[in-house]
Amino acid sequence: MSRANGTPYAPHTDDETAAMLAEIGVDDEEALFDIPEAVSFDGDFGIDARTERGIRDECARIFARNDDLTEFLGRGHYGHYVPSVVDHLADRAEFLTSYTQYQPEVSQGFLQALFEYQSMLVELTGLDVANCSMYDAATALGEAATLADRVRSTSGDTVLVPEQLREGKRAVLENYCDGADLAVETYPMADGTADVDALADRAGDDVAMVYAESPTVRGCIEERLAAIGDLADETDALFVLGSDVVALSVLESPAAVGADVVVGEAGSLGLPTAYGMGLGIFACSDEFLRQVPGRLVGASEDANGDRAYTLTLQTREQHIRKERATSNICTNQAWVALRAAIHAATLGPDGLVDLANDSVREAEALASRIDELSGAAAPVHDRHHFREFAVRVDQPAEAIAADLEGEGFAVHAIDDHLLQVCVTDLNAGETDGLVAAFEEVL
Amino acid sequence: MIHDQANYEREGENVREPLLSEKGQETVDVREESPLPDDLTREELTLPNPSEPETARHYTRLSQMNWAIDSGPYPLGSCTMKYNPKFTEDVAADTNAAIHPDRSERSAQGNLELQHRLQEVLAEIGGMDAVTLQPPAGAAGELTGILVAKAYHEHHGNDRSEVVIPASAHGTNFATAATAGYDVVELPSGEDGRVDLEALEAAVGDDTAALMLTNPNTVGLFERDITEIADIVHDAGGLLYYDGANLNALLGRGRPGDMGFDVMHYNVHKTFATPHGGGGPGAGPVGVVDELAPFLPTPRVREADEGSGYERFEPDHTIGKVHGFAGNWLVSIKAYAYIARLGDEGLADAAAKAVLNANYLAERIDLDVPFGPFHHEFAATAGDRDAADVAKRMLDFGVHPPTTKWPEMVPEAMLTEPTEIEGQSSLDDLAEAFNLAYADTDEALDAAPNRTAAGRIDQVGAARNPRLSWQALDGE
Repeated sequence: MSRANGTPYAPHTDDETAAMLAEIGVDDEEALFDIPEAVSFDGDFGIDARTERGIRDECARIFARNDDLTEFLGRGHYGHYVPSVVDHLADRAEFLTSYTQYQPEVSQGFLQALFEYQSMLVELTGLDVANCSMYDAATALGEAATLADRVRSTSGDTVLVPEQLREGKRAVLENYCDGADLAVETYPMADGTADVDALADRAGDDVAMVYAESPTVRGCIEERLAAIGDLADETDALFVLGSDVVALSVLESPAAVGADVVVGEAGSLGLPTAYGMGLGIFACSDEFLRQVPGRLVGASEDANGDRAYTLTLQTREQHIRKERATSNICTNQAWVALRAAIHAATLGPDGLVDLANDSVREAEALASRIDELSGAAAPVHDRHHFREFAVRVDQPAEAIAADLEGEGFAVHAIDDHLLQVCVTDLNAGETDGLVAAFEEVL
Repeated sequence: MIHDQANYEREGENVREPLLSEKGQETVDVREESPLPDDLTREELTLPNPSEPETARHYTRLSQMNWAIDSGPYPLGSCTMKYNPKFTEDVAADTNAAIHPDRSERSAQGNLELQHRLQEVLAEIGGMDAVTLQPPAGAAGELTGILVAKAYHEHHGNDRSEVVIPASAHGTNFATAATAGYDVVELPSGEDGRVDLEALEAAVGDDTAALMLTNPNTVGLFERDITEIADIVHDAGGLLYYDGANLNALLGRGRPGDMGFDVMHYNVHKTFATPHGGGGPGAGPVGVVDELAPFLPTPRVREADEGSGYERFEPDHTIGKVHGFAGNWLVSIKAYAYIARLGDEGLADAAAKAVLNANYLAERIDLDVPFGPFHHEFAATAGDRDAADVAKRMLDFGVHPPTTKWPEMVPEAMLTEPTEIEGQSSLDDLAEAFNLAYADTDEALDAAPNRTAAGRIDQVGAARNPRLSWQALDGE
């Protein structure tokens, strides 16, 4: 039995290939290709096939070229310790190698897991509906803007966002707004959180959506969310709140402060830092159910009267409604949502709240230690912080960040004399080293 | 070959794996331990609190109620469900690769190098000049490609408002064009299942920004007139967009760039064997010809001056960003590893075997299969049977059914793509499942499926009375 295949993953023996060609009635595989000469290609990409072992070595060598730094980086993307059980369960091939659950009877496992993920977000946000994932916080924000455009179309085309917003998030939002003819405008911040008085001055009939974050990009916990919610409400604008699953477990419930939609990151549970790979949250009130982007899992019954789960309300989706769909999202981050759900189950509510409380305590403790150093002041904003905070340095921030990198630590330089430092359970044990390094380079 | 899914019984009754919430929840008083003032915190949080062994059993049981490519044939049309090699998972799990996206250029040379290598190799495979890895899925790639095309037109002062799309195209094409703010012009299919050149001439004009095309198309037919199609679109001043969903059938045999396509996306989770994960993460890198490269998302990665490694840069007229960071990085790594494993010969052979398998299976089933010969997939018709019912019955014979009722150009369509990974005996099993289900009685079709974790599910009821969380089940 010989296999002359170029790919190790096709099982055909030579005899099988011959028998199959005979059944079809052609002489060889080439006869099956219907590609005109003028546009056919000879297969020479110049890619050498390598062995598994060879590729593992090659990639390990490449990745080893990343410097071995202790990261105190955040600004919208966070690494927490992911328990081993998450990898082992999520890596079960029945989850990993499955497709979208278009045949629900044979996909109950994943459907139930996604239903549970949605339920976790309903608890964390206090809103009625959560979809079973978007790509990341930035694209979820973009989808929220197009939702606002659909449900608030009579009242204007301006999307208001904080002036301090991660540039990548802003850029993605602009791209979603471009197609919907929405204009993105900023409102001022005051000491790391929204300047609500300035926002009140700007609010008006032309505003379709007001976006606020808590924690903000500077790591500050927003203190006046309910006031922002009231402002949005008074002008019939959609109030969209950005956060993440760990912060939501302790911060004011978005529903309680009047949020219509919650977007943000759920990848802070279940995912390693993964060079920016994320998991977008999208939750909203019942009112907008039929305008929600993305996939939804619902409970139903099977022929025996037993509870069963299925994708539902698919008439919103692109494979049914085409250009009238609520979004073009199809493949999303289902497996990452599964990971987040397993991580949350592993922590339980106690563990989740502890993780969040530590994120407050560690940030405040580290800020006050850095504040004691000569040439640095932290936190720059007189607010409660979650995971991260800004540091003012006398010397140019870029130079300090580069010097810290020389000492083995990565932090953000966010302005001429501003650094930003993020602490989580992953690097909390390395804060002595960071403080010593600061002392060295300041 | 029959495959039963896990099922649980207690006292002779079928019992489902309970929701985690049904196994017990715990309410935590958040304010009790909080370092924050009360007015910034919620009062309480209620979530399940299983032990780790309970968690392990819960998710293991759920996995046993889930079909996957590692369970058996998964011949979905238009979504290449091929075997996912295990070693790519280990390559992607390298902790050195899992750095924060805001790392400095200098300290992230490894990731930048692999990004650059993958960009280069994808450009070569597609016949494109420049590639971005940022889009996190195929539809995100489509949006990126169309936004790049839009920016190109705007930069050149072209006021164009329409995107032309064949009626049989993936729904994402239509939704993408609309998301980018374009009007959609639907192009009817010709009698041979391909693009009708006269209809295309009539559809394109001064308002045409782009034609979005899949080749081979959604019924597995190669658009033989692709050069003429490209000329018609280009002569009208439009751009030609390649939907990479069916690239698996073309690997090493033809390149979109050589056919006149200006912009394309790659579904690496289809073509390059990265696991679909139950619906993501995928990745949708976008390739473009030189003229469109200045509009690609920022940052791009290039080789820095002689021997000093790799650097990020912002294209002159960038559209900005389509993902907050660098896209689905772990998926990029798996795609790189897969391509490296196959090399030139393996990539071309994957296409050859996928095409062989589709034609063999089409030959072996009793259902009518219009058009042909096929590249990687075909749309059989269930004729006077309901394709969805036939599909449910197929589940009883140990295979996953194909995509049903789409594309609409084939009545009661069963769109089937076996990929290169099934051998003759597996294809014979698939054919038998098709034939048995298709010939079965109405009663049998109505009662199917029987060997799955759940019986036939009331999907209409689920939509009519949406219950989307365990909170919504309270009191039931």
